[in-house]
Amino acid sequence: MPTNPPDAGAWATRQIRNTLGLAAWTVAWVASLALAAFGPGNLWDNEPAPTLIAIAVSVLVGIGMLFANKRNLQGLDELQRTIQLQAMAWSLGAGLVGGTAWTLFDRHDLVAFEAEIGHLIALMAVVYLAGSVAGVLRYR
Amino acid sequence: MKNRLKVLRAERDWTQADLAQALEVSRQTVNALETGKYDPSLPLAFRLARLFGRPIEEIFQDEAEG
Repeated sequence: MPTNPPDAGAWATRQIRNTLGLAAWTVAWVASLALAAFGPGNLWDNEPAPTLIAIAVSVLVGIGMLFANKRNLQGLDELQRTIQLQAMAWSLGAGLVGGTAWTLFDRHDLVAFEAEIGHLIALMAVVYLAGSVAGVLRYR
Repeated sequence: MKNRLKVLRAERDWTQADLAQALEVSRQTVNALETGKYDPSLPLAFRLARLFGRPIEEIFQDEAEG
C-alpha cells in the first residue's frame, strides 16, 4: 500500500548552500591570489605595503575557503565523503610522488623549464577532479 | 551484502528521491545501496531500519550466510 514518504530536513538545500558557499570562497581566493601576484607589477609599482596587504588578504580569504571546504565535506553523506576521501588520497599521493620527481627532474636539469608550485597545484587539481569523477562513476 | 531496500521502497510507492530525502542522503547513495555497490555504515543502516519499521537483519543479509 502506498505510503507518503516521511518529511525530511533541509539536507539537500543545506548541501547546495554549502557547495555555493565553497564556490564563492574559492573564486574570492583565486581573485585575491591574482591581485597579490599581479598587483605589485601592474597596479602599485611594487610598493611593499600594498603587496603585504594583498598577501595578507589572500591568506585570510584562503583560511575562509578552508573552513568552507570543511563545512562542505561535513555536509556530504557518507558515500559522497568516501568518494571525496578517495579522490583526496589520489591527489595527495600524486602531489607527493609527482612533485618530488618533478623537483628532481629540475634539479638535475632534465627539463627545459623550472619546477614551480603552480605545476604541483595543477597536477593535484587534475588528479583530484579525475578521482572524483571516477568515484561518482564507480558508484553510479 | 544483499538487501531488500528496493522491495521495501516499492511497497511504499516511494521513489529513490523520496527515500534519499527521508534519509538525508543523495539519490546516488540510495541507488548505490539498492544495487549493492555500497554497504551502509551502522548509523545509516539503523536509520533505514527505523524508517521501514523493520529490524536490520530483515533488510540486510550477509551473502556469506547464503
